[in-house]
Amino acid sequence: MAAEQQARTTWDRVTIARHPQRPRALDFVNAIFEDFVELHGDRQYRDDRAIIGGPARLGDQSVMILGNQKGRNTRENLDRNFGMARPEGYRKAMRLMRMGAQFRFPLITFVDTPGADPGPRSEEHGQAFAIAECIQTLTTYPAPIVSIVIGEGGSGGALAIGVADRILMLENAIYSVASPEASASILWKDAGQAPAAAEAMRISAPDLMELGLIDRLIPEPQPAHDDAPEAFARTATELRQALATLLDIATAGGETALLRERQERYLAIGSWLDASPNGNN
Amino acid sequence: MREIIFRRKPSFRTGRDDDQQSNVPDDMWRKCGGCGDLIYARELERAHHVCPRCSYHFRLSARQRIELLADADSYEPWDESLTTNDPLNFTTGNERYIERARAIAARSDNDANEALSSGRIEIDGRPLVVAATDFSFMGASMGSAYGEKLARACRRAAERGLPVLTISSSGGARMQEGLFSLMQMAKTTAAFDLLRAARLPHFSLLVDPCYGGVTASYAATADIVIAEPGARIGFAGPRVIEQVTRQKLPEGFQTAEFLLDHGLIDQVVPRAEVRATLATLIDLFVPQSLNAQQAAARLVGAGVSSGG
Ligand SMILES: [Zn+2]
Repeated sequence: MAAEQQARTTWDRVTIARHPQRPRALDFVNAIFEDFVELHGDRQYRDDRAIIGGPARLGDQSVMILGNQKGRNTRENLDRNFGMARPEGYRKAMRLMRMGAQFRFPLITFVDTPGADPGPRSEEHGQAFAIAECIQTLTTYPAPIVSIVIGEGGSGGALAIGVADRILMLENAIYSVASPEASASILWKDAGQAPAAAEAMRISAPDLMELGLIDRLIPEPQPAHDDAPEAFARTATELRQALATLLDIATAGGETALLRERQERYLAIGSWLDASPNGNN
Repeated sequence: MREIIFRRKPSFRTGRDDDQQSNVPDDMWRKCGGCGDLIYARELERAHHVCPRCSYHFRLSARQRIELLADADSYEPWDESLTTNDPLNFTTGNERYIERARAIAARSDNDANEALSSGRIEIDGRPLVVAATDFSFMGASMGSAYGEKLARACRRAAERGLPVLTISSSGGARMQEGLFSLMQMAKTTAAFDLLRAARLPHFSLLVDPCYGGVTASYAATADIVIAEPGARIGFAGPRVIEQVTRQKLPEGFQTAEFLLDHGLIDQVVPRAEVRATLATLIDLFVPQSLNAQQAAARLVGAGVSSGG
C-alpha cells in the first residue's frame, strides 16, 4: 500500500480526483446509508442543486447528511453548477445543520467541490457571509460531525461543510486552499505550473495525513472510478468507526465534551514561531 | 487606485508647515487614489487620511488604524513575538516563503512584523481588544501566525470581559501555508465562539480591500459589521469574477455601499466617525465597561445627581 501511494504524483491524484466517472456524493450516500430523504431549498430564495442534504439512517442511527454534488456529464454539471455552491446552497446547508442540531443527529458531510461559485450574483447574495455562517454553525454543532473528502476539497467552498470532529479523506482526493491552477498563476505567475504547485502545496491525502490536517486516509487500491464498491465499503467502515468513537465521547462527557474537543482541535491548528515561549502577556 | 508618495514637493503647489508635532517630513505630498489631487501629507494626516476633496479613504497600516482609534498612549500591543513559520517548507522559484516573510517584517517602512496586529486599547476610557490587519504585509493574507494572534486576542478578551474590534483588509488566504491557511477560517471562528460564550460583542470594521477567507469567516460573522465608504468587499475578487463571466463588472460592484444596499452589512461609516460609533456601540453592548467618571457624567446628563 505504502509503495503504491508513493508511486503516484500529486498531479496523478488531482487527475483522479477530478475524473468524470469518480463516484459523487449521492453515490456514496445511496451506497452507505438507508432511507435517505433528500430535502430541498433554503426556505428563502431557491434550491441550489450543487448541495445535497437530508436525514438518513446508518444502522440504528439517524444522521443528517450534506454534500457537494458534481455531475457526471455536461448536462448534469450545468444542472449542478459543477459542484460550485451559491449562497442559497450554503443557506440550505445551514438550514439542515440547524435541523440536525435540533434532533442531535450526527452530521456526515461529503466534500467534493472545486470551490464556491464565483459569479456576480453569488457576490450580491453574500457568498462570503453564507460560507462564514456555515462555518460558525459547524463549530458549535451539538452532535458529532464527520467530514469525508471524496474528490476535490476546494477552498472556503469546501470548508463551509468541512469543519468536523473527524476528517476522513480518500487516498486520491485532494484538499487545498486554492486550486493548483489558481495557486500556480498567483504564486508562479504561470497557470502551466499547476503540477508543481499541487506538489508544493501538499494537497494530497498522504501529505495532509503527514501534516496532521486530516485524521484518516481511506485507501483506494484501485481509483474509485474503477472500483466504486470497494471505495464505498472502505468509506462505510471508516465512517462507522469514527462515528462510534465520537458517540462514545458524547455519551461519556455529553455535548460539552464533544464541543470542547472540537474547539481545542481547531484552536490548535497552525504552525507559527514564538520568540517568547510564554507569550508576552 | 494605488497611492503614490512624492518625496519632493511639486513646484506648482506650496503649503505651509504649521504642525510642528508631526513627524511627517516637510516635503511629502501624496496623490489621492480617488480624484488624483495632490494633498499635503500633514493636511491628510489631520483629516484621518481621508481626501478633503473627494473623501477617498487612503490605505493605512495596522498601527495607523489602531492609533487613529485609541486614546493617546493606550495601545498595549500583544503577541508581537509571534511570527510566520513555514509548515510546508514552501519555495517558489528561488524564493523561500519564510525568508520573504522575514524580509517584509524587517523592512524599515513597515511597522508590523505580521499581517495582523492585536492588543488592548481604550476609546475615551472604554477598554477593548483590537485586531487590525496590515495589507502591506503579504496582502494581509491569513496564515497561522495571524490566526494564532487573533485566537489569543479572543481568549484574553473573553477572560477579561472586553469586547473585540477587528479591522479587516485582506487578499484572502496565505497560500504559501496551504491547507493550514484554509483552516484558519475555522480556527478564528472557533476563537470567536469563546467571546460569544462570554456574551461579549464582536464589532467588525471592513476596510478596502477585503476578500476571500477573511471575509468568509470571522469578519462576516461579527455581531455588528460596518465598513468604510468605498471599501471593496467580497468573496471572489473582481478579476476572478470577470474571468468567469467575461464581462466587465458594473461601477460600484462590491463596494461597501453595494453591500449595504444588498442587506449584507449594518452600516457604512466614514473614517472620522468610526471612533464615536464604536464608543456608542460599546456602551450599548458592554455597559459595565463604563468607567466611574463616565457613569457619573451619564447620571448628570440624565438629570440625576451623582454627588454625595
Ligand atoms: Zn481625492
